[in-house]
Amino acid sequence: MEANFLTLSNPGVAALGNLPVVPLDEFRRSVISGVNEDGWGVSSFFSVELDGRNLLICVLRDDSSSKLHLLSCEVGKSYKSLTSECAAFHWFERELRESTGIEPVGHPWLKPIRFNTDESPDPGVTDYFTLGGEGAHEVSLGPVYSGVNESGHFRFQCVGEDVHLLEISLGYQHRGIESMLVGGPTKRTLPIIETIAGDSSTSHTGAYCQLVEAMSGLQPSKYAQMIRGIAWEFERIANHTGDLGALAGCVAFLPTQSYCGRIRGDFLNMTASLCGNRFGRGLIVLGGVGYDVGKARAQELIARLDKVVPDLENALDLMFAEQSVLDRFENLGTVPKETAREVGLVGMAARASGLSCDVRTHLPYGVYGEHPVEEVVLNGGDVLARARIRYDEIRQSLSSLYRLLSSLPEVSPCVSGTRDISLASDSIGVSLVESWRGEMCHVALTDGEGRFMKYKVVDPSFHNWFGLAMSMRDEQISHFPICNKSFNLSCCGHDL
Amino acid sequence: MIKSFIARLKQGYQTGKFPHKDPVMPDRFLGLPELSEGACPETCSACMDVCPTNAISRDADGLQLDMGRCLFCGKCQGNCAEKRISFTSQHDLGTFTREGLVRTAKSGYSYDIQPDKAISKLVGSSLKLRHVSAGGCAACELDFNALNTLAWDLARFNIEVVASPRHADAVLVTGPVTKNMLLALKKIYEAIPKPSFVIACGTCAISGGLYADSDQTCGGLEEVLKPDLYVPGCPPHPATLLDALVRFMGKKPR
Repeated sequence: MEANFLTLSNPGVAALGNLPVVPLDEFRRSVISGVNEDGWGVSSFFSVELDGRNLLICVLRDDSSSKLHLLSCEVGKSYKSLTSECAAFHWFERELRESTGIEPVGHPWLKPIRFNTDESPDPGVTDYFTLGGEGAHEVSLGPVYSGVNESGHFRFQCVGEDVHLLEISLGYQHRGIESMLVGGPTKRTLPIIETIAGDSSTSHTGAYCQLVEAMSGLQPSKYAQMIRGIAWEFERIANHTGDLGALAGCVAFLPTQSYCGRIRGDFLNMTASLCGNRFGRGLIVLGGVGYDVGKARAQELIARLDKVVPDLENALDLMFAEQSVLDRFENLGTVPKETAREVGLVGMAARASGLSCDVRTHLPYGVYGEHPVEEVVLNGGDVLARARIRYDEIRQSLSSLYRLLSSLPEVSPCVSGTRDISLASDSIGVSLVESWRGEMCHVALTDGEGRFMKYKVVDPSFHNWFGLAMSMRDEQISHFPICNKSFNLSCCGHDL
Repeated sequence: MIKSFIARLKQGYQTGKFPHKDPVMPDRFLGLPELSEGACPETCSACMDVCPTNAISRDADGLQLDMGRCLFCGKCQGNCAEKRISFTSQHDLGTFTREGLVRTAKSGYSYDIQPDKAISKLVGSSLKLRHVSAGGCAACELDFNALNTLAWDLARFNIEVVASPRHADAVLVTGPVTKNMLLALKKIYEAIPKPSFVIACGTCAISGGLYADSDQTCGGLEEVLKPDLYVPGCPPHPATLLDALVRFMGKKPR
C-alpha cells in the first residue's frame, strides 16, 4: 500500500479537506493493489467537480480490518482505464464515461448502461457483440416480458441451444434519482430513497438514514436500531421466500411455488403490521423509526411467526428433497469463486460462490454490533448454492427476528420525524448496508451549506448483473429463467 | 410423491375470502383520506409543507387532497394541529376518472361499478392484462404479482396476465413512464386489438408521483395514454388493485 488512504468506519464521515488527492499514477497503483492484492471490494467509484477540478473518488471495502478506504485523484478528459488491470471497475467506468464524458482509455467495453444522454438517447440501441459462422444466431429478450416484471433487455449470442454470450442492456427504468437528490435533504429525499428499489425499501432507507445521521451527529436510540433490524430481516426473509418459490416455479415444481408465494405475503403483512406498508415504507426515518413496536405487538408477531415458520420449512424441505428439482439446479449457471472475485460480485450471489463479504459481519452497523449475525458462505456457485444460501439465510434471519422481537421492551422509546437536521458542511460521508440482495453503498458530499452536492447510490444489482451474464456462458438458453431468478436482480436499482 | 400430498394437507386452504368478506387490513394501514369540514387557520400550511408530492392544495372552497399524487405516507395527518386530515382503513380507492381521485371535505368517495356498459359488456366475463413496467420501482409489480399467488388467486375472477399484447384487453402500467420506456409502451398499446383499455396502477403511473418533475420521465401516464382506470397507492395494496379490477369489469365485489 503506497498511498495514505482516508480510512473510515461504517458509516463514516470526514471533512472533504481530509480526502487525499494523489497523482493519477499513484491513485491507479494504490487502488488496483488494494483490490487485487489486499482483497478489498470496490464499493463505489465516481467523479465529482470540486473547486473547478474533476476528482475521481474511489471507496474500497476492507473486510479484514472492518474499514472503508477512500482515495481520490484529479482527472482530465481521459485517463488510463482501471478495468484492464482490475475487472471489478468495469461497470463503474462505463457509468463514469456515460455520465461525465471522462474517457477511461483502454476499457474493453465502453457502452452506455443507462441511455440517458444526447449521445445515446435510444435505450437498447448500441453496438452489441455478435457471433458469426454456421449455426450462430441471436435471441433478443425484453424490455417487456410475458409476466409482471421490470423492464430490461437481454441479447443472447447462441450456437444452437447453447449461449456463448449474454449481453445485458438496461436503463429502461432510469428516473434520474441521483440528480434529483442534489441540493437535499428535502422533504422528498427520504421518499425517493424508499423507491430506489421497491423490494429493498428498508435497506436503502437504512443506508440513507445512517449516513445522514452520521453527518449530522444524530444518534438513534438502541430500540429504534432494533426495530430497523427487525424490518431488514423481515425484508430479507420475504424476498428469499419469494425467490425460492419462483425458482421452484422455474422448474415446474408447483407445490413449493404456490406455498412460498402465499408465505412471502405473510411476511410482507408482518412488515405492514409494523408500519402499515407491506414494503416497510415510513418505518425508518431520520433519527429513528416512525412507528413504535411495543411488547404486545412484538408478541403478536412472534405468534404469527410461530404459525408460518413450520409451513415455510415444510414447503422448502419438500423442494430440497425432490431429486428432479436438485437435478435441474445442480451445476447450473456456475460462477466460480475466482470469477466472482474478479468481476466484483457482492451479497448472497458472491457468498454462494465462496466469497466472504457480508457487510453485517465484516463492517457491522446499527443493530448488528450488539446482535451479530453469523455469515453464511457456501461453495459451488451454481443455482443450487444460490438457492441453498437463501434457505440458510432465512433460518438465520428467523433466529435474529425471534431474538430482537423478544428483547423489545414494553414501549420502545423512539425518535420520530426529526425535521431540523443540519449536515456537516464540506464533508464526505459513506454508509454501507447488507440488503437481502447484497451490499448497498451510499456516498454523500456536502457543500458549504451542508446540502448534498453529490449523492451516489450503488445498489447490489449494479455489481451483480454481470454475474448473471457470466453464469449463462455455455448454458442452454432454456436455462435462462432459472439463472435469472437465482440472482433476481433489480432493474430500477441499477438504472436509478 | 406421497410427501407432496402430505404437504398439501398440512398447508391447507389459504385463499382469502374476498369478495365474500373484506380482507383484513393491518391496523396501521393508511387508506382513503378523509378531510373534515371547517376553516383552516389563514396562514397555516402545515400539511402542504410536509407533503413530498404536493398532493394537497387549498382554495376558497377549502383543502383538496389528490390521491393521484398521494403516497399515503400520512405525514400531513401527523402535522395538522387541527386534525383536518385523517387516513381511514378503507382500501377501495380505484376510480374511473382522474377527478374522482381528488378528495375534499364536501365530496364523498364514490364507489362506482364500471359506469360504461359497453366496457363491462366487453370485459365483464374475462379481462386479459398486459403489464408494462415503465420505471416502476418493483413495489407495484410485486404487489400485482401477489394477486397471482394462492392467497388471492386472481384467476377466480377471470383476470389473467397474458404473454402477448395481441391477447390482451388492457395494458396495466406501473411507474412514472420513463423516457426510455415511452416507445416500448406506445408500441405495446398499439399492438393490443381495439377496443383496448389503459390501467394506471400506482401513484407514479397516475401522476408521476415523486418523479413528476424529473426530466427523465413523462410525469405519469396521463399525457401519454389516457387511463380508463386509476388505482392509487404507493404501491396499491393487492386488495386495492383487485377490488378496482373487479369493478372495472362491471362486477360488484361486495
